[in-house]
Amino acid sequence: MLRVFWCVLLRDLTLALRRRTDVLTTLFFFIIVVSLFPLGVGTERQILQILGPGVVWVAALLASMLALERLFAADYEDGTLEQMVLTAQPLSLLVLAKITAHWLLTGLPLVLIAPLVGMQYHLSDDAILIMMVALLLGTPVLSLIGAIGAALTLGLRGGGILLSLLILPLYIPVLVYGAGAVTASGIDMADTRPYLALLGAFLVAALTFAPLASSAALKISIE
Amino acid sequence: MTPSPMASNWFRFAAPASFYPIAGRLIPVFWILTGVCLLAGLYWGFFQTPDQLGGSNAQKEYYRIIFIHVPAAWMSMWLYVVMVAWAAIGLVFNTRLSFMMANAIAPTGAIFTFLALWTGSFWGRPSWGTYWDWDPRLTTELILFFMYIGYIALHSAIDDTRRADRAAALLAIVGLVMVPLIFWSVNCPDPNQCAALHQRSNLTQIEGNILFSMLAVTFGFWMYSFATTLMRLRSLILTREADNTWVQELLVKGHRA
Repeated sequence: MLRVFWCVLLRDLTLALRRRTDVLTTLFFFIIVVSLFPLGVGTERQILQILGPGVVWVAALLASMLALERLFAADYEDGTLEQMVLTAQPLSLLVLAKITAHWLLTGLPLVLIAPLVGMQYHLSDDAILIMMVALLLGTPVLSLIGAIGAALTLGLRGGGILLSLLILPLYIPVLVYGAGAVTASGIDMADTRPYLALLGAFLVAALTFAPLASSAALKISIE
Repeated sequence: MTPSPMASNWFRFAAPASFYPIAGRLIPVFWILTGVCLLAGLYWGFFQTPDQLGGSNAQKEYYRIIFIHVPAAWMSMWLYVVMVAWAAIGLVFNTRLSFMMANAIAPTGAIFTFLALWTGSFWGRPSWGTYWDWDPRLTTELILFFMYIGYIALHSAIDDTRRADRAAALLAIVGLVMVPLIFWSVNCPDPNQCAALHQRSNLTQIEGNILFSMLAVTFGFWMYSFATTLMRLRSLILTREADNTWVQELLVKGHRA
């Protein structure tokens, strides 16, 4: 069981690292979107400190959503996905491996780049730390929920726009608590704990149900 | 094992051909019930209820929007649950009619969600001084509206009906997590700590006349949902079963008459 998971994970990582542009595009999209806001709303220190958490989270949402389309698309086009559905291994496990690979390539870089972005917005060290923890807990949830939408819109015309319509409403709780955690860190570090606990709860719930739902969606889309 | 007569009886109506005439006969009944309940509820609401609501800082005549706002909000959530139930039944039993039912409910549900938001903003203007506020309940109701739109959009984006039905059904089931969120979005233990405009309420504390007309309008809206859903269902059945003989016979008969 675990071997299949590793096998799919390593395969997806290898494939993605052979075509590094895909990974880098997401990361640079994130950086560019975040850098655009100060140009639009003004560069005053106080305004940026208030806007920072929300902007970073919205940009993370959009970046993770843009990358979702590629989650199953390539495998769907060359028929690999059909073979995966047909294997004796549980499909949800294979899907979980693909989602993990997707998160390592699109979510984790956002977590690692967060301090740099935080400095652009003059966030304090504590706020940056909390932002990294919140992103670390929150971005996997984005990938997990997003996989359901990606599976449902597989191979549709204009799938990308449709995907955003389906998935963004479901992302809202993560956005609210993720940005809330960073804002709360400005008042008292202890206040961030309930936010992080809720994000952790989202992660556990998504880890449990999202792979099952995505594999059901894949079966619907492929049959 | 032979199926029990009860079970076979139920599944007989799962065939579009046998449900189509029944739906046709039920629609006028539901329309009459809608008219009676709405007239009764609105009459009672406008003429038999106190002209203000609340104690120290009372809401004047404009509070009467409650008779549309609250029933619409209740129906918006209830219809989503019903839609998900039909979608789930469709996925489990693989019955075409259940998917069509879920499909027919969605627009009515979306309209009630929109109505709840719209009347809410009209009510908000005189009482809170704003058309919109990012109150948890408003926000979650808005998300519910997006969920309905997403369901309809996904269904219409997929050409293959079978895949569209099943994919949209799965999306609806995933979206069900939002309904308890809306329902409990007012569960704020201490009003001083969380500034929510919607407070926890208790039906037993509402004045009797107000409660009566609110429930009458709710029942009227419910009957309205039945009527419009069945009408939409009938046209869905005709469109999807257009290749079947019974539809063609029906059309020929209708043409001659």
